[in-house]
Amino acid sequence: MAVCRKDLRVEFRTRYAYSALLMFAVTVMVTVSFTVGGFLPDSGVAAALLWIILFFSAMAGLPRIFAQEEEKGTAAALRMAAAPETVLMGKYMYNAVLLFSLAVLLVPLFFVLLNQSVLLPGLFLAVLLLGLLGLAAVSTVLAAIVAKAEAKGLLMAVLSFPVLLPLLLTAVKATHNCLAGSREGVAASMLLLFCYDGVILAASFLLFAYIWDD
Amino acid sequence: MLTRVEIKNLAKAYGQRRLFSNISVTIEYGTVFAVAGPNGAGKTTLLRIICGLLPPSAGEVSVSVDGRVLSAGERRAKIGLVSPDLELYNELSALENLEFFARLRGLPFSPEEARDLLAYVGLKGRENDLLAAFSSGLRQRLKLAYALQHRPPILVLDEPAANLDGEGVRLVENIIACQRKRGIVIMATNEPGEVAYGDRILTLGPQGHGCLPQGSAR
Repeated sequence: MAVCRKDLRVEFRTRYAYSALLMFAVTVMVTVSFTVGGFLPDSGVAAALLWIILFFSAMAGLPRIFAQEEEKGTAAALRMAAAPETVLMGKYMYNAVLLFSLAVLLVPLFFVLLNQSVLLPGLFLAVLLLGLLGLAAVSTVLAAIVAKAEAKGLLMAVLSFPVLLPLLLTAVKATHNCLAGSREGVAASMLLLFCYDGVILAASFLLFAYIWDD
Repeated sequence: MLTRVEIKNLAKAYGQRRLFSNISVTIEYGTVFAVAGPNGAGKTTLLRIICGLLPPSAGEVSVSVDGRVLSAGERRAKIGLVSPDLELYNELSALENLEFFARLRGLPFSPEEARDLLAYVGLKGRENDLLAAFSSGLRQRLKLAYALQHRPPILVLDEPAANLDGEGVRLVENIIACQRKRGIVIMATNEPGEVAYGDRILTLGPQGHGCLPQGSAR
């Protein structure tokens, strides 16, 4: 919790990451709403647009989480004071909080601007929660991998896309069903998302010490 | 806690460039071990290897407490590090920095104790100032507080008096004298005055052809 609380406190004072996430998300959202303004996108297109915006917003803000520790020289202080797993957990929680707070603003705006409605709101929220947890987990561990690289942004997008593809496809499909009011396949998609999150978190905890120490 | 640091046949190279090789030395409890040498000789690298922040190219470092050899993670917990490469958080105050690291280290955080520690390193009255507003000398003092916070049996100091004024230098002398009584000090420096604190001295660099022979550090 200490790492997460520290990052939130630093973010509250600087607002670098949240501003990047929010500005990117709102810009893309407004652009999309103007583009599709003349017609009502069907729930499949709307679901895809929602997750594309969430994915690229995450890529815009979350990779900084480890890079700034390396660039500012605070990574050594963290390494000396905390176990790698503590750092990973704190950073993961911070990324998840950041993504959730983005979603709280973004999702209602999305429904208003794209004139969408959710027929299965409970299931939609559950899918959104599981999808964002997975997005936060992948962003966190990949952010640690690219932290010392030169072209962090590019590397992050290249590495994250194949890893996140199963999550994005599943989340888009389940979101589409929730928007359209079809329960078919939603439970299976949620189980898949749950397993995906579990596998990514387990792999992250197993590998993170090597990533962090090297 | 009887602490001991054992370095065996340690070597470090970056590609074809060899920084040092075949360093073997045992640092016993109550010792101030000074590492000297010109810029680029590998002093900071050696200290980072001892702290477990950098892997050696060959050889090993082991730290034992009361005869039990510590794992890499346990080793870090027993070390207090001050280094030009180590920074604290600009966006937090001095007190908040200490609170954060206390919680990370699993220590109970007491604001009174933290204030006492900050007063000891000369930061009385600056406890609630953000680190961004600190001069380089004040930052160095806070790094000393960070390193001392968990009362480590091993203190690793890389250029400990860098950016410090006369009073700060005396603070470093005092810290070294106190630590000698309750553990080990490993210090890298270019300053002849600081090298003189060392009970044993290892000189790195071209003149020493990498390092002194095994066990021959003074």
